[in-house]
Amino acid sequence: MALLSVQSISVSIGKLNPLDGITFTIDKGEILGLVGESGSGKSLTAMCVMGLLPRIGGAITKGSIVFDGCELIGLPEIEFRRLRGKRIALISQNPMTSLDPIILIGAQIDQVSKLHLGLSAEAAKARSLDLIAQLRIPEPAAIHRAYPHQLSGGMKQRIVIAMALAADPDLIVADEPTTALDVTIQAQIIQIMVELVRDRGLALMLITHDMGVVAQACDRVVVLYSGRVAEMNAIGEIFAEPKHPYTRELIRCIPRLGQEPGSLKGIPGTVPSIIDYPDGCRFNPRCGDARELCRAQVPALERKSSGLAACHFSEV
Amino acid sequence: MMAAFEPIKTAIRSPRGGASAAVLLLVVACALFAPLIAPYAYDIQNLPGSNAEPSAAHWMGTDEFGRDLMSRIIYGARTSLTVAVTAISISVVAGLSLGAMAAYFGGWFDRTVTAVVDLTWSFPEILIALILIAIIGPGVGSVMVAVSIAYLAQFTRLTRAQIMALKNETFVEATTNLGAGHFHIIFRHLLPNALAPVIVAGMLATGDAIILEATLGFFGLGAQPPTPSWGAMMSSGTAQIFIAPWIIIFPGLAIAMTVISINLFGDALIEALDIRNRLRSV
Amino acid sequence: MNALDASGDNLVQITDLTREFSSGGGFLKPRRTMRAVNNVSLDVPRGKVTGVVGESGCGKSTLARLVLRLLEATKGTVTFDGKDLSTQSQAEMRRLRRRMQMVFQDPYSAIDPRYTIRRALLEPFQVQGEAKSASEAKATVDELISMVGLSPRMMASFPHQLSGGQKQRVGIARALALRPSFLVLDEPTASLDVSIQAQIIDLLESLKEELGLTYLFISHDLSLVRYFCDRVVVMYLGRLVEILPGAGARPRHHYAHALLDSNFEPDPTRRKVVTMLGGEIPSPFAKIPGCAFAARCPAANDLCMRERPPLTDLGNGHMIACHNPMD
Repeated sequence: MALLSVQSISVSIGKLNPLDGITFTIDKGEILGLVGESGSGKSLTAMCVMGLLPRIGGAITKGSIVFDGCELIGLPEIEFRRLRGKRIALISQNPMTSLDPIILIGAQIDQVSKLHLGLSAEAAKARSLDLIAQLRIPEPAAIHRAYPHQLSGGMKQRIVIAMALAADPDLIVADEPTTALDVTIQAQIIQIMVELVRDRGLALMLITHDMGVVAQACDRVVVLYSGRVAEMNAIGEIFAEPKHPYTRELIRCIPRLGQEPGSLKGIPGTVPSIIDYPDGCRFNPRCGDARELCRAQVPALERKSSGLAACHFSEV
Repeated sequence: MMAAFEPIKTAIRSPRGGASAAVLLLVVACALFAPLIAPYAYDIQNLPGSNAEPSAAHWMGTDEFGRDLMSRIIYGARTSLTVAVTAISISVVAGLSLGAMAAYFGGWFDRTVTAVVDLTWSFPEILIALILIAIIGPGVGSVMVAVSIAYLAQFTRLTRAQIMALKNETFVEATTNLGAGHFHIIFRHLLPNALAPVIVAGMLATGDAIILEATLGFFGLGAQPPTPSWGAMMSSGTAQIFIAPWIIIFPGLAIAMTVISINLFGDALIEALDIRNRLRSV
Repeated sequence: MNALDASGDNLVQITDLTREFSSGGGFLKPRRTMRAVNNVSLDVPRGKVTGVVGESGCGKSTLARLVLRLLEATKGTVTFDGKDLSTQSQAEMRRLRRRMQMVFQDPYSAIDPRYTIRRALLEPFQVQGEAKSASEAKATVDELISMVGLSPRMMASFPHQLSGGQKQRVGIARALALRPSFLVLDEPTASLDVSIQAQIIDLLESLKEELGLTYLFISHDLSLVRYFCDRVVVMYLGRLVEILPGAGARPRHHYAHALLDSNFEPDPTRRKVVTMLGGEIPSPFAKIPGCAFAARCPAANDLCMRERPPLTDLGNGHMIACHNPMD
């Protein structure tokens, strides 16, 4: 059984319905990529899993989220708190806001294992130092005594990852963990994070807009478009044989080494606004293969030759 | 340019904005058309009928000289509004110019302006006004000058903060790169974008300025008798407070209602313009 | 190479360009200076795309602004079509700006929020003192708007009513209004979605062909730079470390190599093992006598710490500033 199973959840915030029928699963030890552009609903999906939706005034109107046999929808906040940080950890995009600026870094990491694992002060400190070292931060003891502002952005994000690992979670949700960082730092952090997750057999839900990062790190991929799942498949198939036109076009948007000049085209049109979604398939105004049916009817997320895709005309 | 009136319309449509706008309209009408609205002249004395309580003939009663209180309050709106609006207008225009130049050109000019502004900012407006009147002498003109200088720091500071933030916006750099000079940048881009919060702050300060004018009037430093001024009327009412409390109550109510309305309408405008954060940045 | 006029094949020539910024110097704060751009020399060939790539703080955006004299240089010169920019009067500079324009990184703040698109597109003519009749103005705006693939219906819109990609198209139209020959593109796609980023690059490519433009393209994205640019210049901490003559050229500077290595291909069959760089990026205020990358470089030795490597030609226009280049 999957560690996390999200079954056709829909979300409403006020009058808006930003998510419509999001479905995916993550197994133990698996890295799942959640890919999409702005407005695709990828961060919102993370908030659903973390049970943080009520904080922004949203609610799940339909579907179910089962984590390790336990239904998360309708779970009282008090019980959610026991899961959050302990069994499901979050790494957010901005390391600046994930760390408390007036508390020593060491104390912030120690706190996690003290709270969730019930460790003594010494044991927690030893564990934190070990984690800092595993994230390949030089001089762990000095960092343990430092304040967040004394560290660079990349170092801070490593500390955030250490905090996420501190309670020995089963699932880590990483929301664009490297987007705010420089490319060389980003590559290193992705590498370290993936290694640590694999070594420990953790499940990782990696949210990103970067197909390069997905190709480098993930086992399976869910592609989101305007609040719906466009396609879900194993990493190899997604890139070799995309079933949804959006996936195909999105991959083509990234220039490859040696690509002919003039051959990079992008996807015509713009990402639709949530207040003005088109009828039928939400990708239809930008899709080269769109036909009458695509404008009239919402395509169901169906099993294809491999994986799932929501397209009327993908025959493969 | 019609877009500029949109926020005002939105503000009026909100309940407190609408109610306060109605009261303000009434006060402004009193000030403008005092001779038409007032039942009596403000300076006709009737000593036998002094300190008369409110009646059908004198809705708000009469004062110690038997003058009709309602007429004096209506004329008093003239004094209060003229002083407050003129003073704040001068202050806003001067503050916009000083703040914009300081922020845009920087250097020693900015440092001097900031130092003076910070210095005056640390004194209450009433103290600054009292010192100035002590130097230039009492009278309506002096009160205007004193009030406008007392509030200058506020608008200079607010404008400077706005322009400082705006001048780093990409569109300023982009326009410079098109070949635009300082004049174009300041008057076509920076000031129009900085204007809304400064004008709303000016509107709110008008309420404070009415109180300041009344306070100075109460001390006898403003409009000289027999010109009616709400503050001076309250001051003269203190002696009769136990025999004719209406003499102090009605001007007090007029001040309170006007100032509360100005504040409520200003609040509604802040909501409509969505500039609460920008006002706080001072 | 044929013998052209004095300026030759290079539309822009940058020589020993340096820009210092200082901070502090106030009450109880020592004054510190940093060199955002440190002794940079570079030619921008006519009709070509020259790419400048580097990470945050490498000085690429400062370089862009120095080239257009939006910032004054501390030292060194920029020559545009044979004219030394630093010696131009204000009036001459205003005229020259018709020929050199910029597209900015943040389309969200590149247009005055109070301006309609129409007014924003007419502003270049207004500031250049070029009066237009109502019909001329309409024709100009129509032409500019369709040139960047927008619909004339958007003329009356305000910037906040447009998407990021549409705003960037307006930014490009505004830059092209005065018919420049040289465009500095400062990360024009960095704040856009991937699918829109490719659209904008496509537009810039075809505009370049159509109008015979010369580009200086600033970016942090090496794969984009290698696709789009004829020459790639790699910067690190204010200095040029390598100039690659073509997109296919293999970087030989250790930093340029690390940058390329950090760029994940959208292909799961070509996963890589990233070499971990040791050390931290030095503070921009630090005075570094040797190679700026030495603190993080796997091949650094004493010489690298002591002495700054000069930019030397490896042949074919491949330049590198490294004491121990990679094979």
